[in-house]
Amino acid sequence: MNIWQKLTDKPWLAQPEGMDPALLQSPEPYWPERIALRFFLVTASVVFSLFVMTLLGRSQLPDFHALAGEPWLPLSEPRQLWWNSAILLLSSISMHLGLVFARRSRLHQAMLATACSLLLMLLFLLAQYLVWQQLAFAGFGFTSNPASNYFYLLTAVHGVHLLGGIVAACWVLWYFWQQQAASHIISKLSLSVTYSHFMLVVWLLLFALLTSPASTIDTLAALCGFSGGRYD
Amino acid sequence: MTASADIAHQEHSNSFLTKYVWSQDHKVIAIQYGVTAIMVGVVALVLSALMRLQLGFPDQFSFINPASYLQFVTMHGMIMVVYLLTALLLGGFGNYLIPLMLGARDMVFPYLNMLSYWTYLLSVLVLMASFFVPGGPTGAGWTLYPPQAILPGTPGSEMGILMMLVSLGIFIVAFTMGGLNYVCTVLQARARGMTLMRMPLTIWGIFVATIMGLLAFPALLVSAIMMFLDSVAGTSFFMPAIMSLGEQLDHGGGSPILFQHLFWFFGHPEVYIVALPAFGMVSDVLATHARKNIFGYRMMVWAIVIIGGLSFVVWAHHMYVSGMNPYFGFFFATTTLIIAVPTALKVYNWILTLWRGNIHLTVPMLFAIGFIFTFVHGGLSGLFLGNVVIDLPLSDTYFVVGHFHMVMGVSPIMVLFAAIYHWFPKITGRMLHTGMGKFHFWATFVGTYLVFLPMHYLGFLGVPRRYFAMGGTDFIPASAQSLNASITVSALVIAVVQLVFIYNVIWSLRHGKAAGHNPWQATTLEWQTPDTPPKHGNWGPSEPVVYRWAYDYSVPGARDDFIPQNVPDSEVVVTDKLAFAKAGT
Repeated sequence: MNIWQKLTDKPWLAQPEGMDPALLQSPEPYWPERIALRFFLVTASVVFSLFVMTLLGRSQLPDFHALAGEPWLPLSEPRQLWWNSAILLLSSISMHLGLVFARRSRLHQAMLATACSLLLMLLFLLAQYLVWQQLAFAGFGFTSNPASNYFYLLTAVHGVHLLGGIVAACWVLWYFWQQQAASHIISKLSLSVTYSHFMLVVWLLLFALLTSPASTIDTLAALCGFSGGRYD
Repeated sequence: MTASADIAHQEHSNSFLTKYVWSQDHKVIAIQYGVTAIMVGVVALVLSALMRLQLGFPDQFSFINPASYLQFVTMHGMIMVVYLLTALLLGGFGNYLIPLMLGARDMVFPYLNMLSYWTYLLSVLVLMASFFVPGGPTGAGWTLYPPQAILPGTPGSEMGILMMLVSLGIFIVAFTMGGLNYVCTVLQARARGMTLMRMPLTIWGIFVATIMGLLAFPALLVSAIMMFLDSVAGTSFFMPAIMSLGEQLDHGGGSPILFQHLFWFFGHPEVYIVALPAFGMVSDVLATHARKNIFGYRMMVWAIVIIGGLSFVVWAHHMYVSGMNPYFGFFFATTTLIIAVPTALKVYNWILTLWRGNIHLTVPMLFAIGFIFTFVHGGLSGLFLGNVVIDLPLSDTYFVVGHFHMVMGVSPIMVLFAAIYHWFPKITGRMLHTGMGKFHFWATFVGTYLVFLPMHYLGFLGVPRRYFAMGGTDFIPASAQSLNASITVSALVIAVVQLVFIYNVIWSLRHGKAAGHNPWQATTLEWQTPDTPPKHGNWGPSEPVVYRWAYDYSVPGARDDFIPQNVPDSEVVVTDKLAFAKAGT
């Protein structure tokens, strides 16, 4: 029964004894963790979207100078960030491979792939920290200008969310270590995979935005209704 | 769940600590939420009494100065809206009623549920601690608008504002944990036969409000993080170039309006996060005590969903005085008027539920009917304020205070009292004292009108809100002060009357009449538990099966005027078979 049929149901009508569709239909699959994760991803998406909206709004005020575009700006050639993105991509692929292995009952390889993904996530965080240091060394510290504010803030918020992925991966590895039932491991691992892919997508979008030149940011801001320093 | 798993579930928590303190039982967590919220609500009530003392009898009390007055205003508002109403309606009643009304044994994530409460408690403690830090709590107004919220000169701009922001952040984490639990429980843990459209409206209200909270609270979190950084790290997300106390500050270029957009993107849905559970609960109370099925159930469900959706596109009607593009003003005024349609539809349906019902004027029913009055008044004055041209002169006056207290303060609290009187027998196994309850209702109902109705008139006179004292406002007649004094006296009387309620609760816990398992002869599942109060696991050896919707009251042909949801047709005692068969078609 689809959602429209559910919401147009007339519950006040009596059902003939033994013919009540509500009792005849098979129950929905019980997987509350998956539903919780989906709702959490929506909530996290709202958090990131609102941060981005404020960036676009703030970008239209005169003191905002994008960190990319001109050759002398630090993120015009963001080589280090490309490497970091590759690390996160590999982490996501590795986690996905872990799930594929687990579904084929190759649990040892699944565990190795998950561990590899975990290490890559940690490496990504370390590499992001190095980018912070490089930026600060180049004179673009946290408080140097509004664009820097957003770079540090958004990467930090992404990092904090990624820590959640790291905790989840540790949890899955613990299940492997405990030699729990494959079906149990697969259900947890598939949630981790979803989260890991989500964090990758969020990072790629942030990466694209944070390394955009002023003209691109202005276009995005105009599309969102912010223009000429006014967003009222 | 198998019978052995059921029993294991019931027996897994036996020690005092795991049963009553670190409990994972949704009913205990609900009571923990409820008690904490009411205690912090009492603090907010005392703060409002202190405010009223100053307004009614200016400069008579040496312990109230302009700074402390602003702190009272701020803490009163934030506590009432977030830490009392949201926590009590969703954390308290949501926790108690969702599993019981759906026929579940508990929330789907009991451990997360426990964490949610303790995180909420931490947020309350951080907020309360701000009373004791240097400079005291923030006095920025409950909307915490920058730049003044973090500038020297505003009370609590040193530590108070930071503790408020941290506390809000912790609260949002707690809400997210609880909210995910509520949504998943509704979607996954319903008893066999409990389709979405057989859920009581209480659950619909809580369900939609929770989803709204999961979408709206991030806006508050984002604004809190950014303001925190503006305050401690010297960023300028919201801070413009500004002089303070004769000095040019390091901030520059930020936009305070940006904060307002974020705040109200949370703030307006928050009104409905509080209102929707209240709508749901009052629907169930009205149907039960009028012995009549709720009028237009399906419309009521859709109205809840539509109100939930529309509430995200009306936020800027709180910002007309901040200035905006006229087209935006037109848009937000229009959406504000549109949202009144499903809301009014609900009011009509409540009244039509009462129409020709077998109305029992019990205490919960009195509060529920009282809610219809206060909500209609608050809603109608909202229509005035939703229009830009009327809002501009009224926005900074007591008209707004009167409006939002009627719609957002008194109305949900009327429902909360209705709900407490209604479900107290299930929670404790004892009835609250009816005489004290009726006194409590009439004093509160009449008293709130004596407080908030004159405020609308003060608003028309131009009496400004947020002011510690009138000052040089010569255009306001001297009689306004007499009205202010009478409001204060009424407010103090109402505050004292609440002691009767608290006494009633404490007295009834020991001496109240035994309630039995279904004293109101209600149809919904929480009244069909084998034990009252329900034991851990709720349902004994087997879970209930649902055969009908939640509102089979006064069904023609049936002997009793209610048929519980878990009773199949074959077990209904029928006195007129033809009428009964006809009623089901």
